[in-house]
Amino acid sequence: MATIEISCIEVWREISNYLEDEISPEMRERMESHFKVCAHCTAVLDGTRNVVSLVGDGRVFQMPNGFSKRLYSKLQKLP
Amino acid sequence: MTMTPSQVRANEAELIKSVCAGEREAFYELVRPYERMIYATAFSVVKNPADAEEIAQEAVLKALSHLSSFRAESKFSTWLVQITYNEAKMKLRKARPHLYESIDDQQQTEEGDFWPRDFADWRPIPSELLEQNEIRQTVQDAINSLSPSYREALVLRDVQHLSIKETSTILGISEPNVKTRLHRARLLLRDRLAPGIDSSWTEGQPYRKARAW
Repeated sequence: MATIEISCIEVWREISNYLEDEISPEMRERMESHFKVCAHCTAVLDGTRNVVSLVGDGRVFQMPNGFSKRLYSKLQKLP
Repeated sequence: MTMTPSQVRANEAELIKSVCAGEREAFYELVRPYERMIYATAFSVVKNPADAEEIAQEAVLKALSHLSSFRAESKFSTWLVQITYNEAKMKLRKARPHLYESIDDQQQTEEGDFWPRDFADWRPIPSELLEQNEIRQTVQDAINSLSPSYREALVLRDVQHLSIKETSTILGISEPNVKTRLHRARLLLRDRLAPGIDSSWTEGQPYRKARAW
């Protein structure tokens, strides 16, 4: 059976859920056939995936130098 | 040796018992793995390192004094993040003028569809790039530029890798609402960080800049 076509706007709406794997298998199939033929949506998908992996990298939020030491000494000073 | 999640839980339960029995040292051991999490949570609300650190310290002290009320049905890390988040929100409300958000929510309403503005073909970012301070700063600035509701959801889910459910509990919003905010946050960040804004992303790698119209 042929997959029902899907518009770019519908694809954008579901991109984040697609990455979370929070969509039905039918929707996944429709999106995947759309990505095969639509360079723009593929660019949005790749970029969004990159964003998720970029911000998920532990190095982005670095604690200030000496953070642990100051926290520890604060705990030490408790009565 | 890395512990499995259930080993972590069992180990934490032991540490909590020790702390409640008066062993203060055990508390630091309990909290240490989550220092960055606590800091990033506070930072996502107040957006500056000094206040985030102060809130993190207060949250840890609060966690210590309330440890006996911790119930094992939630994860210790989630409980700690929840305390930190509440602490940060309270601080923000307590009217320190420099902590107030500029109201940029009008531009980022949750109504209607989000239309990407940039269709650049974005190659994966080489991980080594994050070793550079300025790249980390660019990413952090982009996260800071999001409105608070998007930023908080993104930091809990994508920076700290909490589940959608945990994120919804901490923020006090429904799971579909978390998903909507995440979706907006990710697409906005993509638009802001897309290659071309900072050519160093793709230095030495050819990429195609394309627009739909």
